Amino acid sequence: MLFGMKSGTELRNNQQELHRFRIRLALAAGFVLFAFTILATRLFYLQVMQHEHYHTLAENNRISIVPVVPNRGLILDRNGVALAHNYSAYTLEITPSKVDNLEETINELANIIEITPRDRRRFKKMLEESKNFETLPIRSRLTEVEVAKFAVNRYRFPGVEIKARLFRHYPHMELFSHVVGHIGRISERDMLKLEEDELLANYRGTDHIGKQGLEQSYEMQLHGTTGFEQVETDAGGRAVRTLSRTPPISGNTLYLSIDSKLQALAVKAFGKYRGSLVAIEPKSGEVLAFVSQPGFDPNLFVDGIDTANWEAYSHSPDKPLNNRALRGQYPPGSTFKPFMALAALELNKRSPSYTISDPGYFMLPGSSHHYRDWKAGGHGSVDLHKSIVISCDTYYYGLAVDMGIDNITSFMSHFGFGRKTGIDIEGEQTGVLPSQAWKMKRFKQKWYTGDTVSVGIGQGYNLATPLQLAVATAALANNGQLMRPRMVRSIQDSKTGQIRILAPEETDSLPLKPENLERVKAAMVDVTRPGGTASRASAGAEYLIAGKTGTAQVVAIKQGQKYVESQVAERHRDHALFIAFAPADNPKIALAILVENGGHGGSIAAPIARTVMDYYLLGKLPKETAPVESPEEPEHD
Amino acid sequence: MIRRLLARLVKHLDGYLLLALFLLMMLGLIVLYSAAGEDFHFVTKQMMNLSVALCVMWLVANVPPQHLARLGLPVYVIGLLLLLGVALFGDVSHGARRWLHIGVTRIQPSEIMKIAVPLMLAWYFDRHSAALRFRDFVVAAILLLLPVAFILKQPDLGTSLLVGGAGFYVLFLGGLSWRVMIGLAVTGAASLPLLWSMMHDYQRQRVLTLLDPTQDPLGSGYHIIQSTIAMGSGGVFGKGWLNGTQTHLEFLPERHTDFILAVLGEEFGLAGGLILLVIYMLVIGRGIVIAANAHTLFGRLFAGSIVFTFFTYAFVNIGMVSGILPVVGVPLPLVSYGGTSAVTLLFGMGALMSIQTHRKLIQT
Repeated sequence: MLFGMKSGTELRNNQQELHRFRIRLALAAGFVLFAFTILATRLFYLQVMQHEHYHTLAENNRISIVPVVPNRGLILDRNGVALAHNYSAYTLEITPSKVDNLEETINELANIIEITPRDRRRFKKMLEESKNFETLPIRSRLTEVEVAKFAVNRYRFPGVEIKARLFRHYPHMELFSHVVGHIGRISERDMLKLEEDELLANYRGTDHIGKQGLEQSYEMQLHGTTGFEQVETDAGGRAVRTLSRTPPISGNTLYLSIDSKLQALAVKAFGKYRGSLVAIEPKSGEVLAFVSQPGFDPNLFVDGIDTANWEAYSHSPDKPLNNRALRGQYPPGSTFKPFMALAALELNKRSPSYTISDPGYFMLPGSSHHYRDWKAGGHGSVDLHKSIVISCDTYYYGLAVDMGIDNITSFMSHFGFGRKTGIDIEGEQTGVLPSQAWKMKRFKQKWYTGDTVSVGIGQGYNLATPLQLAVATAALANNGQLMRPRMVRSIQDSKTGQIRILAPEETDSLPLKPENLERVKAAMVDVTRPGGTASRASAGAEYLIAGKTGTAQVVAIKQGQKYVESQVAERHRDHALFIAFAPADNPKIALAILVENGGHGGSIAAPIARTVMDYYLLGKLPKETAPVESPEEPEHD
Repeated sequence: MIRRLLARLVKHLDGYLLLALFLLMMLGLIVLYSAAGEDFHFVTKQMMNLSVALCVMWLVANVPPQHLARLGLPVYVIGLLLLLGVALFGDVSHGARRWLHIGVTRIQPSEIMKIAVPLMLAWYFDRHSAALRFRDFVVAAILLLLPVAFILKQPDLGTSLLVGGAGFYVLFLGGLSWRVMIGLAVTGAASLPLLWSMMHDYQRQRVLTLLDPTQDPLGSGYHIIQSTIAMGSGGVFGKGWLNGTQTHLEFLPERHTDFILAVLGEEFGLAGGLILLVIYMLVIGRGIVIAANAHTLFGRLFAGSIVFTFFTYAFVNIGMVSGILPVVGVPLPLVSYGGTSAVTLLFGMGALMSIQTHRKLIQT
């Protein structure tokens, strides 16, 4: 009770209680006094008894903790070929806080060792970004002669040292630029992030960090644990002796699922074309090849790229810095059709025998707008099988309208369209899987039936990255099981040497009827046979290829106009697309190919697929023959 | 008229306490100016923090203790729900899950618990004050351990220590039997080896670095090494204001927050440190007097808990910076830069003043 009349016993109880409370309070007060006495004693000990010791430490000698940077982990392909490794070289380094006149010191150094204006500019830039206590390289990759020259003159330069440092090197140059990425000097933003993650201590002494690709996404694995030495230094900051040492632990080694030979072959098959190829093992989601052409030389970025190279890359119309496989968003075009056909069967919107008569265009009831088929005059009577084999647009215009956008959206999202695939590098684009909600959010407009029509043939608002297309194709090959694509297959612990294999990860699964799957796959097999749109792709192949060609428009064609490839500027030509998996009855590889401004999927993209599959499935290398331009069959998507 | 208004305004403030607090805050701002690199930015921001906190203190001082007591249960329940929210949907910052987004702002519910736990326990004991039985202590212990477990899990060692301490002081002052306390202490000590054998290597390593920071000279140990050098080199009278070489040159990242004592020690020496300890003693001493003279069990227990929690802040921080206690994140009360802790601490001081100045009203 808080407030109330108190009876006599209660009052006595209260008196007792108060007494007991005051005893406890006094005890606690005594403890406070005791504790503060300890603190005062400690302060007295530190500041009076040990004062001389600490005074000396502070004024003359200083114990400094010198971090020992661990070796960065290697990145190897599935056969152990190095894609990123380290080599040791000498650098000339300055500790700015220990040098009185930086400008003068550098000038004097330049008399002994060559220092280019570019070195100076880079040093100045690093100086502006650095913390106070770092040493910064003024020259890297010194020759033996230069090292000897400086050693003789070392006494003249307090605060300047020769250091042996490890440098990161990417021996394959452009080939893996969009996979491995690169490291670069730690920026202010990286620092903030490290601080946020409480990793700053482990990055003492480290001056590079993964900036892109696997170097970035597996930074935690690759960096390792920083060791340290406790050294006593003199007034000039030079180490007098080492008091203790804890060795660093190197970063872990990454083994990729990518085969560097396959990757090289794929890049070569692209020839002069720009574009992208992603090949995946359907069952595990392991990425076998990941191409974005053209690439760039990641070695240039490690210590900060110079202006000339940077301008060349960033102003090139070929956009070599753009990771097309990951971030390029293209209309999937007719490669969307097998998925539409499957949806139609699964949702009972079409039976396999249902046939349309194709006049070469489609019209919505009550509208005069012609949605044209790619073939003027049409394909005659078309059923589901034929609609895939000859890629009939009219069939899918009508199908899309019958299905409705909501059905399309929900079915396609199970194949990963419109969402991130979850691949193990950063920066992925989601593409666009259009829906009523999406259009309202994006354009503040409601959805019209007319919008649905072109969605059926993968045009309209539809956008997908080559990676998404490859993942969807792999899921089709894998009977509706969507796997998370992964480039890293296993990680080797640098301390124990144990190799940990990363388990495949299923991200979505559609319960599909086997007979429906078989129908669509059979039609895709006929795509690569005589009469199909990619017949040349499997000519003479020892295994069955299931595929689908596609074309993505770059410039819109007006009503009543015709697209004539030869009359369109090269950069405005359509993009060629091809998706495929093989062997069709037991898929071991699934891939998606995009060739920018490549025209038809069948003539440009499909042969690349064949080269990759031949090598992967049979170990066969392509014959060195000049590619033939095909004037014959009017191959379209 | 104006005089009467003024008198009303200060009616519920406690002069002794206010004086000690002002001395403390003045000292804090002076050291902060130096620690922040002679930059007024932090000083002005801290003055704003303190002004807000002082307003909170004034408000709380004007709330009669019986009203404060009634807040115990609801605030505790809300705090607990928020902690649950943090565990489920909290933001991760600095590797720990401590923050919760509520509309536009985000809050740190563990901070609320520093007040809510002693408030709740004091209210609970007061309700059962006619006959405090063993059962009540068990219930109280559960009420205490629940939030502490949540905060430990975040993980936030410093705050769980303060919340746990605040609750324990209520139990102790409420008359928790010595047998139980000794029993618990002995069981705890006995189960340590068992706990140790159950831990993973990396967990053991973390405990070891907590106990001996020099094992981690790149992380927390670096702070301790640098802060002891700074303080030790300060000597008896220090190097003088703004003249601390170590704190101004060295890479001591938290020198304006948790490690501000190192700056004080280097620039004002032992003398500065002792002055600080004396001011803390003034605050604590006055608080103990208020607790001893409180008229209700609630007032006694709540006041006592506030005072000794304040002491815990000071003791843990000074012990940590001077290198005799492990490094846990506890600020130096009302000296370290920071708005949240200032508000919590002055809320407590406001409650002390309320308990002291509303006494006469219920003397019937």
